[in-house]
Formats: sequence, structure tokens, C-alpha cells
Amino acid sequence: MADPIIPVANDLPLALPLPAPVLSILLVLLFALHIVFVNLMLGGTLLALAFELLGLRDPRHDRLARVIAGTVTVTKSLAVVLGVGPLLLISLLYTLPFYAANRATGQVWFLIVPMTALAFLLSYWHKYAWDRLAGHKAVHLAIGGMAALLLLLVPLVFLVNVQLMMLPGRWQAVQQSGFLSGLLLDGVLARYLHFLLATLAATGLFLVWYLTRPAFDLAGELPGETRAGLRRRFYTLALVASLLQFVAGPLLLLTLPPQGLSWLMLLHIGLGAGLAAWALWWMWGEIVRADDGPEALGWRFWRIVLMLGAVVLAMATGRQLYRATILAPYQAQVAERTRAHQQLSAHYRAHPAPAAEEDPLAALPGYAAARQSCMACHAVDTRLVGPPMTEIAALYPGPEGIEAMLRYVRQPTQPRKVRDRAEYPATMPPVGPGQADDASVRAIAGFMQEAARR
Amino acid sequence: MEFPFFELDFAGNRLLIAVVAILHVMINHPLAVGGALFIAMMERRGIRLGDRQWDQAAYRLLLFCFIITTSLGALTGVGIWLSAALVNPGAIGSLLRVFFWAWFAEWLVFITEVLLIIAYVETWKRWDGPRKAAHLRLGYALAAFSWITMALITAILGFMMEPGAWQASHRLVDGILNPLYLPQLAFRTCLAMAMAGAMGLVGSWWLSERGSAFRQDLVRFSCRWMALWSLPLAAASAWYLAVVPPVMLERAPTALGTMRGEGAYPAILTAIAVLLGASAYVALSGWRWPRALPRWSYALPFLALLVLLAAFERTREFVRKPWVIAGYMYANGIRAEDYPLYQAEGLLKHHPFASVRAITDANRLQAGQEVYQIACATCHTTAPGGVNSVHARFEAMLGQGPWRSAAVGQIIASMHGSRAYMPEFPGIPAERRALAEWLVAQHAIHRPGAAAPATTTPSPAAAATAAGTER
Repeated sequence: MADPIIPVANDLPLALPLPAPVLSILLVLLFALHIVFVNLMLGGTLLALAFELLGLRDPRHDRLARVIAGTVTVTKSLAVVLGVGPLLLISLLYTLPFYAANRATGQVWFLIVPMTALAFLLSYWHKYAWDRLAGHKAVHLAIGGMAALLLLLVPLVFLVNVQLMMLPGRWQAVQQSGFLSGLLLDGVLARYLHFLLATLAATGLFLVWYLTRPAFDLAGELPGETRAGLRRRFYTLALVASLLQFVAGPLLLLTLPPQGLSWLMLLHIGLGAGLAAWALWWMWGEIVRADDGPEALGWRFWRIVLMLGAVVLAMATGRQLYRATILAPYQAQVAERTRAHQQLSAHYRAHPAPAAEEDPLAALPGYAAARQSCMACHAVDTRLVGPPMTEIAALYPGPEGIEAMLRYVRQPTQPRKVRDRAEYPATMPPVGPGQADDASVRAIAGFMQEAARR
Repeated sequence: MEFPFFELDFAGNRLLIAVVAILHVMINHPLAVGGALFIAMMERRGIRLGDRQWDQAAYRLLLFCFIITTSLGALTGVGIWLSAALVNPGAIGSLLRVFFWAWFAEWLVFITEVLLIIAYVETWKRWDGPRKAAHLRLGYALAAFSWITMALITAILGFMMEPGAWQASHRLVDGILNPLYLPQLAFRTCLAMAMAGAMGLVGSWWLSERGSAFRQDLVRFSCRWMALWSLPLAAASAWYLAVVPPVMLERAPTALGTMRGEGAYPAILTAIAVLLGASAYVALSGWRWPRALPRWSYALPFLALLVLLAAFERTREFVRKPWVIAGYMYANGIRAEDYPLYQAEGLLKHHPFASVRAITDANRLQAGQEVYQIACATCHTTAPGGVNSVHARFEAMLGQGPWRSAAVGQIIASMHGSRAYMPEFPGIPAERRALAEWLVAQHAIHRPGAAAPATTTPSPAAAATAAGTER
């Protein structure tokens, strides 16, 4: 298959507010922060749903589901608000490729707004109607399920966009064959799997902290549960999800288009994987820890969080390096074309092309103003939108005609006769003094009388 | 000019932004900016009077505002970004480069606002007794940050209408201190506050028992709030009107009445004035005689102010045309500085996503369609009955057809003169002719009755009836 033609555009002629490398570092940091809360939002929604289902048999699980659903109120608000910063940065750094990918997926891309808004409303409903719908569990589960489904779709649309923006050669093809073809772009589905596993791992770890911290009223909120049991359960979830990343990660590396790979990028990914293995070892230690004595989380938990935070940063940096590498040739072409465009544009600003058609009436006084304000609708001797100038001049002869024309254009009336409406469907729009002052309207009127004489 | 084509034929690209943006301000002004202060003042009244009913009503109103602003409000805010970037990526990309720090600061304020509203809601029941004063301070802080987010974004909206000194300097500070900034901010602030009072009045339906003393108290509180804010609102409106460039005001009739209904402008203004007058009457009589105020009138001020807000936003968005960034970039996304280039060498030659580079007889219609996509589709549609359809525009001038493509071409060549909100055609004459032919061909498809060949001579009827007719 021949390489598709890559559409190279010219960049905006305004400087970036910060050097590109600084913006890249900010993008990595702020995006990592955003994605953690996205993980917690989606993970909380999914786990609340799962425990509510289990709760049909055992009410203990239903209570747990309710506590988890309560956290989504906070995490989802932070996920959205923290997303704005990275959105600003990616739009700045990658204006052309990002907006091009957005346009290529057009309507579906925009759907993330109503989908997320609806998901949020549903999740509020799900949370606040827990007691009222206790007798109608199927309805309640359907509300939560609907919210979860929508929240599962939104990241998929995002992933298609950030993957598509790296592949300029595919923009037009995806635009023509529709959003679903974007799902089949190299790497999209593997990235999605990678994201879902990270979601479960992050949420598991978050719940270890949230449910076993001393300030949490365990006996009141979750009677029948123990801190050690909850700790084991959610560490296990985080551990299993993270172990599966050792399958999903290599799968993603293999399916990504190879043009973006570099040793530096692989070094960061490898470093991330190494640190992750270390964190998993600590997690395993927490799961098998026999003594349930001191219930505080302590340093054992926070060192795992710190280590996994480092993993996220290493992986996010690797991902940014991949993007920079794969887009480098395109960016170079864009820079070249932008230079050429700006030179050419400056040239024509200094030497505008002469008007193609010379009008014999151009020498008459008032011509320029008439051309500006009237000639879209009035030609000299043929009917265009309004009547020809010859006809107007015949209606308004002499100096008093000039004053009458001035009064008319300030406040035009309906077409002159009702039977003329088929011929002249439009009423003339009023010409305000901001558009043409009295003197220039008089000049135009004089021009019309003169043009009609010739 | 630098992005793949995108159009929503029928609804139109503009409508997408308009719906999202107007929905956003309709939620954000009353529920967030005005609502935060209003609710804090309700809480304060509860503390002063030692009356739990006030506290409960304030909490319920806050919960409502919280649910709506953090779902529909937040997402329509992001939606303005996404829709504007879809419809006019060049414009939003340029604004982003000028206003990055303003937007970044706004983002930090916005994060604070979200954290504060979560804290205000979550601690309402827990911070009671000795901590109640601290909780009230959370409410004041929320009100302050809600206002600051609006104050920052208003700078950008004012800039789009009138960049002021930025045109010459390209400095952020000159962009922010554009001449429309302070008047527009004053107007929005007072409007948001008045709307919050109107929301309180509607809300008393559900926040208080019918006929109770508390109902009366709440109605009086909301009405007094509205009445007191309506004075600065009137002053700020006058200030704002005084600084809007007069050439923009001349476009207001078209903005509110559309081209067809320009003549209805005085009637529309009268209708808005009557609605506002009735609302002022409701506010004053509710303040004086809360018991006598009929229940149906509770909703009137809120609806009237929503109408005013929607009319204001529509007008503001319309009157800045033909520009998207005044003096710098036209609504079609093409920079003024690039016009000489495209008018000399053509749009198609320079558009990276055009499939036609040079126009031939074989590709003329395809070329015309691509010129339409580049120069017109940001604002117009071609679907029959579509929003701001080009066919309807030309039918209003040329009748049902068949049209002559020469006439269409001539209108396109000079329409910017008489229709001040239209940008000049940005391409070369050959592209203009191809566009005209494509429009005529499309019109013939949509109006099968008008499918005659597009080259007939003008009807002699016009000239014949010319001489003796009178107006």
C-alpha cells in the first residue's frame, strides 16, 4: 500500500507563551494528575456497580457499594476540572494535529460533552436515590450501569483522538470512514486495555486508604467489615490489575506504530516497569502480612503510593517521548511550510495583486463608496437583487432626489408595489451612519445619477 | 485555513457553539456566580435569626446548584472549548496563544472553586455550632472565586470584540485591558446577582411551605435582593452600551431579529423592556407585600432575566461579525493579513486539505464545494431549511430561481460592503465563479422547480415596470 499523502498545514503566526520543552513537561505532569482522578472516577463507578450487584445477596456489599459511590462525587468533579489544564497545553503544543484529529472525528468527539454531563447527572441520581429506590434495585442498578457505560465510552473517544493526532496520514481516511475506523488504529485498543487496568489498580489502592484510614467510621458505615479484610481485598485488586499490566504493556508496545519508538522512550517504559515490579512486591507483603494489630496505614502504604506515582510519571514521560518522536518529521515539515507561507503572505501584503476587472465607471466621483455599499445588489443597467441604478436615478432626479435617496437608505420601506414582490423579494437593509455617513451617501447618490446618464 | 473540513449541515456550526455557550451562562450566572453569594447570605440570615428553616432552605438550594453546576455547568464550560475548537480551530488556537496565562490562572481559580463548593456542601451538616462561622466564610470564599473565574473569562470575550492596543503590541496585558472589559464585567456581575435573587424567588415554591411565615420572609428576602441589584444593573447596561462601537450597534437589529425580522427590532426591544418592567414590579411588590404576590409571578423575573441574558449573548456573538477576533481574524477563520495572498493566488492552492488545486471545467463543482467549505461553512448551511442556509439568503435576494450564477457571483464579490457582518470573499475570481456555480447547482437540486439552466438573461419585467412605479 502506498503511503497516504500527508496534509502539511502552516502554523499560527503567534509565539507560544512558553518554550515548547517547558510546555511538554507541564503537559506530562498535569496530564498524570488528571488521569489519576479519571481512574478514580471510573474505577469508583465500576466498583460501586460491582459491589451493588454482589449486595443483592449480601447487604454488606451493598453498604460498601454505597460508600464507594459517595467518593465518585468528589473524584469526578476533580477529573473534569483537572482535565482543563492538560487540554490547554495539548491544544497549545499540538494545535494543528490535535484540532485536526478533533475535526476528523467531529460529531463523536463532541459527544463526550453531553455523554459526560449525562453520566454525572445519572451518578448523582444513583447516589441520592439509594434509599428511595431500595425496593426497585433493578432500576437503581440500571441508573448506575448507564452512568458506568457512558464513562467507559468517553475515554475511548479521547484515546482515538490522541492516537489519531500522531498519525497525520490517517486523518482524512478516518474522517471519511467514520469514528469506528479510528478504533482500529494501531494501538488504540491496547491503550484502552492498559487504561482500564490502571483504573482498577489506582482505585484499589485509593480504597485501601479511604476505607482503612482512622478518620473513617468503619463500624458505623460498614458494620461487619474489618480494616484488615478491606485492606487485603483492595490490595489484591490493585495487585492483580497491575500484574495484568505486564501483559497489556508489552501488547501495547507491539501494536504501536514503530516510527515513534526510541531508546530513550523504551528506557523510561522499562524504568517504569521495574519500579512497578518493586511496588507490587511491597503490595504482596501487605496482603500476606499476618499481624493485624496496628490499624493505621503508615509508611508501608505511602511508599507504595510514591513508587506507583513514580511509575505513572515514567510511563507518562515515555508516552510524551513517543509522541514527540513520531510527530517530529511532521512538525519539521510544518515549520518549513510556515516559514514559506509567512514570506509569501508578507510579499502580497506589500504588493497586492491588482484588481482583475477594470470598471469604466471607476473614474467617477462616488464610485468607491458605491462599490463598497451598493454594488452587491445594484448593477448599473441590469436588475440584480434590487433595481438597476438607471431605474433608481429615474425615480430620484435632481438635487432633491439626492436628499430623498439619503432619507430612503436610512430607513428603507417595503418593495415599491405588492406585485413587485415576486421580482424583488428583499427589502433593502438600512444603511446606518456607521457604515456610510451622510456625505458619502450623497456622493453615492450623485454617482448613480451620473452613471445612469452614461 | 489549516484544518480538515468540518460542517454540521442543517444545524450549522454556529448553532453548536451558541447552544452550548448560552446554556453555560444560563447555568453559570445565576447558579454559580450569583448563587454562591445569595446562598451564603441565606445562611448568614439563618445564623442571625437563629432560624433553622433558613439554614435548611439554603442547604437545599445549594445542593441543587451543586448538582447542576458540577455536571451541566462544568461540562458545558468544557463544551465551549471543544465546540469552538471544532468550529473555528484557528481562532481558538490564536486566542490560546494570547491568553494562555489568563486561562491558566482561570484554571487554578476554577480548581479552587470546585474544591470550595465540594467543601461547602460536604461540611454543611458537620461544621455546626462553634464552627458555623467558619462554614459561612467558606461560602464567602466560594462566592469570591466564582466571580473571579467569570472576571477572567470576560476579558477574553471583550478582546474578541475589540482587541484595543493588542493589535499593535501583541502583549497579554493589552489584550486583557481591552476597552469593553470593565463595562461588560460590571454588567455580567449585576445580572448574575439579580438572577440569583430571581432563582431564590422561584425556589421559594419548593423551599418553603405555602402560606407559612417563612415563605413570606424568603419571598421578601429574594425580592429585596433583586430590587437592590437592578439599580446597578441598569447603570452597568448603560455604561456597556455607551462603549460598544457604534458600527456594532447597527448590527443589533439583525442579531436579534435575523435578516428577515430586522424590522421587528423595536418590537423585540419593547418586549424585553416590558418583561423587565414587569419583573421590577414583581420585585418591588414582593419586597413590600410578600403575602400578596401571586404564586405564578414567582417565575416571571427568572424567565425575563434568562431572556435578557440569551438576547445579550446572541447579540454580543453576532455584532462582532465579520470578525472572530476583531481586526485580526475573520469569522471564516482566515487572518486579515493573509487576505492579499489568497486573493492573489487562491484558497484552494493553499489549503492543505483541498483536493482541487487548479480549477478546470471537469472539477469546477467540486472546487466550488471546497471553496464553500473553506469560506462559508463556518457560519452557513446548505441543507434545505438549515440554520442560516445560504439558499435562504440568496432566495431572499434573488427569488426562488432559477438564479444566474453571474448574479450570485457578483453578490458574493461585494456583499461585504452592504452587509457589514459579512467578510470579504477571500479567494480569486475563478474560485468565486466556481462557488457561485456550485451554489446554483445545489439550489437546483434542493428546489427541483427551479432546476432550469442557470444562464437565462434577467427578466425584462424589472426594467419595464421601472419608470412609472411609485413607492
